[in-house]
Amino acid sequence: MMWLSANESEALALSLSVATRSVLFSLPFALLLAWVLTRKQFLGRTMLDAVVHLPLVLPPVVVGYILLLLFGARGPIGGWLERVFGIELIFTRNGAALATAVMSFPLMVRAMRISLENVDRGLEDAARTLGASAVDRFATITLPLMLPGVLAGAITAFSAALGEFGAVITFVSNIPGETRTLPLALYTALQTPGGDTQAARLAILSCVLGLGGLLLSEWFARRVRRMLGR
Amino acid sequence: MLKVAAKKQRGAFALDANFELPTPGVVALFGRSGCGKTTLVNVIAGLLVAEQGRVALDDAVLLDTDQGIDVPPERRRIGYVFQDARLFPHLKVAANLRYAFKRAAVAPFVGLDRVVDLLDLGPLLARHTHELSGGERQRVAIGRALLSQPSLLLLDEPLASLDASRREEVLPYLESLRDQLAIPMVYVSHNFDEVLRLATHLVLMESGKTIAQGDLGEMSLHPRVRAIIGADAVGAIVDGTVLGTDSSSGLTRVQVGLSVLRVHCGQAAPGAKLRVQLLARDLIVATEAPRHLSVRNSLKGVVTSVAHDVEDSDLIAIDIGGILIIARVTKAATSELGLAPGKAVWALVKTASLRPHAIRPSSARAI
Repeated sequence: MMWLSANESEALALSLSVATRSVLFSLPFALLLAWVLTRKQFLGRTMLDAVVHLPLVLPPVVVGYILLLLFGARGPIGGWLERVFGIELIFTRNGAALATAVMSFPLMVRAMRISLENVDRGLEDAARTLGASAVDRFATITLPLMLPGVLAGAITAFSAALGEFGAVITFVSNIPGETRTLPLALYTALQTPGGDTQAARLAILSCVLGLGGLLLSEWFARRVRRMLGR
Repeated sequence: MLKVAAKKQRGAFALDANFELPTPGVVALFGRSGCGKTTLVNVIAGLLVAEQGRVALDDAVLLDTDQGIDVPPERRRIGYVFQDARLFPHLKVAANLRYAFKRAAVAPFVGLDRVVDLLDLGPLLARHTHELSGGERQRVAIGRALLSQPSLLLLDEPLASLDASRREEVLPYLESLRDQLAIPMVYVSHNFDEVLRLATHLVLMESGKTIAQGDLGEMSLHPRVRAIIGADAVGAIVDGTVLGTDSSSGLTRVQVGLSVLRVHCGQAAPGAKLRVQLLARDLIVATEAPRHLSVRNSLKGVVTSVAHDVEDSDLIAIDIGGILIIARVTKAATSELGLAPGKAVWALVKTASLRPHAIRPSSARAI
C-alpha cells in the first residue's frame, strides 16, 4: 500500500494476522462453551460462567500477567507446550493471538449464547422426529440458525483483537514485526520525540479499520438474515 | 396394533393414559384443551420421558420402562405434525421435504413425487417457509413427516391455528392420506368435525386420563363426548354402503343397518363407503310407519334406552339393525308415545339435514 510507510503496513498486517489467528483459535472453544453454558445444567456452571467473563472485568495487565505465569517459558502450560510441541508463545505473534483471544473470548461467547438461546428447541425436536442424530441436528439446524450470532461474535472479537493493548504488551512485549500491532505502534509513536504525525496517522488508520469492520459486519448480518428468510 | 400406556407426573398434572388402535386406522385423541393430549403424543414420540409406560407398534416395542427399553425419537420412525408446523426457516420448502427423505431409515414406500402430488405441493417447492399461508405450512409439514417414511403418524391439532376456510383447505388432503397410504395415525383434536371426518377410533381424555375408547360410531354416543361437543352437535356417526344413485331424484341410496338413507352426494359408486352424521336434534321419532310426509328417510328400529338429556328433553337410543342412533325428543313426547326400551319405532330425518363424507377403508398394506 503506497500511502502507508513500511512500519505502518507492517503493524497493520501484523494486527490483521494476530486478530485472524485469535478468532480462528477461539471460535470452536467459544462455540463449545456457549453450548455448554446455555444447554447443560451442572455443578459449577455459574463458576465457569464467571471465569469466562473474567477478562471483561479484570485490568488487561492482570490477564497478561496471568498468561505470563501460565504460558511463560517456565510456566506449567508454556513449558509443556515448548517441550512437547516446540511451540513458543512468549514474544511471538502466536502469543499475541493468545492474549487477544483470551481478552475477546467473553464477547464471542456472549454473542453466541444470545443467538443459541433464540434458537427454537421445537425445531430441533422436529428434526429429531425426522431421524436426525444429535450431531446432525446441531450441524443442520442449530448452527445455521445461530449463524448470525456466531458471525457477530467473530466480528466483534476480531475488532476487539485488533485493538487489544494491555494484555498483549504485558504478555509478549512490544517487538517490531512480531508483536507490535497497531495500538502498540501508536503507543510507541507517542513515546518517541517527534512522533506526533506518526501517531495521528496510526490513529486514523485504526478508525478506518474499525469503521470498515462495523460496516462489513452489518452487511454480513443482513445477508444472513435474508438467507434465513427473516 | 398400536398399544400405548403412559404415566407421568408434571407438577399438579398427572398423565395416566392407556389406549389401543387396530392398525391401520386413525385414532382421535379427543378432549378439552389442556387435558394432556399433547403430553401423551410427546410421550409416544419419545420427546417427553414417561415415568412409567409402554409404547408398542405391531412387533416393535418403542418404550417399555419395565424392561428398560427406550428407543430415542430419531429412531422410532414416528412422523410428527406439530400444531405450529415447525418448518425449518433456513430451508426452502423443497429442502424441508428432502431433509426428511434423506434421513429415512428404511427403503421409501412413499417418494417425493407421490407426496408432492398427494398434497399439491408443486407450486410451493421453491418458496421460503415464511412465504406460505397457514394451510400451506401444515400441508408442507404433513408432507415432510410422511417423507421420513414413518410407521406411525402423530398429528397434534394440525388445523387448530387455522380459520374455518383454511381448515377446509387441508382436511381433504388428510382424508386422502388416510385412504391412500394406510399409515396408522394418532390425531389430536378438540374439534369434533375434524374427528368425524378423519377418525376410525376415538379415545376420550379428561384431565390427563383416558376415560373411554372405542370405534367412532360407538363413541359418538358416549355421554362424556356429548358433554364436550354440546347438545346441538350430538348425534350418531354411522358408516353405510352406497347402493346406487336414483336417476330421477339424483339422490344417493345408502344402506345403513336394515334401512336405506337417501343423501345428496354427487357421484358415489355403488359399494363405496359413506359416513353420515345423524344429529339427535334432526331426528323425528314415530311409533307407526309414517305416511303422507315429505321426509325421505325413515329408519325402522327398536328403542334400546331412554336417558335424560338437557332441560326437558330425553335422548332416545334406537337400534336400527346393529347400529345405534340417537334422537332428542321432549319428555312430553316420550310419555305420550310410550317410548321405552323394546318399543318399535321409525326414526325420520330430512335428506337436507344429512352431511355425508366419503370414507374409504384403508387397504390393509403392511408397512
